[in-house]
Amino acid sequence: MLEIDLLLLFMIASAIIAVQVKDLLSSVIAVGAVGIGLSMSFLIMKAPDLAIMQLVVEVLSLIILIRATIRKDLPFSASGRWAFNTFSMILFLAVFLVFAYFSFSDMHRFGAPLMKVSQEYLGEAMAKTGAHNVIAAITLKYRSIDTLGEVAALFAAVVGVLAIARKVSRPGGIRK
Amino acid sequence: MSRAGNKGMTLIVKTVTRITLGFILLYGIYIALNGETAPGGGFAGGVIVALALVHVMLAFGRDVSLKWLHVGGLRAAVSIAALIFLLAAWPRGQRIIFGNDIILPVCEMVIVGAGLFAIFVALVLVSKADKEAE
Amino acid sequence: MVTYLLCLVLFSVGLYCVVRKRNIIKIIIGIGIMEYAINLFFILIGYRSNGRAPIFADDQAVVNMVDPLPQAMALTAIVISLAVTMMLVALAIRIYEKYGTFDITKINRLKG
Repeated sequence: MLEIDLLLLFMIASAIIAVQVKDLLSSVIAVGAVGIGLSMSFLIMKAPDLAIMQLVVEVLSLIILIRATIRKDLPFSASGRWAFNTFSMILFLAVFLVFAYFSFSDMHRFGAPLMKVSQEYLGEAMAKTGAHNVIAAITLKYRSIDTLGEVAALFAAVVGVLAIARKVSRPGGIRK
Repeated sequence: MSRAGNKGMTLIVKTVTRITLGFILLYGIYIALNGETAPGGGFAGGVIVALALVHVMLAFGRDVSLKWLHVGGLRAAVSIAALIFLLAAWPRGQRIIFGNDIILPVCEMVIVGAGLFAIFVALVLVSKADKEAE
Repeated sequence: MVTYLLCLVLFSVGLYCVVRKRNIIKIIIGIGIMEYAINLFFILIGYRSNGRAPIFADDQAVVNMVDPLPQAMALTAIVISLAVTMMLVALAIRIYEKYGTFDITKINRLKG
């Protein structure tokens, strides 16, 4: 799969730009490039549901991140031991990648999944649920409680954001 | 959605928003209803609906769009949708009360769209409080 | 194998950003990149060579579809990542309002 490798290289380059650039707005836009690349790679990996979802979610989270970056900020203080911290971090990541490489040799080969459970779903989904889209059959029929939990988590986030961003403070609260 | 008030963006953006808003909402509903046979689903449709509302808010400014969108109506819609979501999951023998091919995605779309729009409104109101503080 | 490793390199970039940067917005961005890498790893595990998307058509047999289960799991994970991002942005805006900066080394003082 050459296409997915090229897209992954593009995403890694965009991610490094997003991490290293100084300007916050440029950084957020580079993250948008990573998300669009992810959406395209979902499309290549035969997951169109996820491609639509990732594209839409990316746009919304980009709007909210841009909303967060419109602030003037003080210059950041550069501390000592910059080189030591960076090199120890890179060393740690290199060790992580080497161990990951050796543990990948125990996994199944790329392009030949195990599919012990999924074979049942693929065989029965059309007859039992009547849904053409197997992913919709799994998320809405076989694992409906999962979808209920997903909506509950989103609702909890909504309530949390509304509580955090509340304009009027409680009388006698901490804020003046 | 009147032309009164100079808040929001320019006249071009407002006119284009007025034209495209219906199409964006229609596309969100299409994505939500067509999740069984094609890629899509309730959540993606709900996010598209929320993006349409955010679009209105960015183009017309806060006051006009909040007056037009009628927050109490949004709250009632979310409550009714959550109640139907609960009822639709109630088992009754082998069947489920409502055919959940249509009911469940539409309810999920309403909940997600209104909830994400509520988050955006909350973040915008925080910035307004900042300006008043300055 | 190379594809798995590239996916983990993307994860490492996000991890580096979270551990090493001081701006709160950069840390949120790093968490987002890690979430992207994990979602992509789910899909890479379930991929089958020359497979079809898991959507039935009327005139085609069931053979040779990609694994639908990791896709359903990743669908849930994307939603949760959106919720987490929104929560973090709200917290970051509140922190900026209270301390006047995004620098995490300057907000450790107690104030209230």
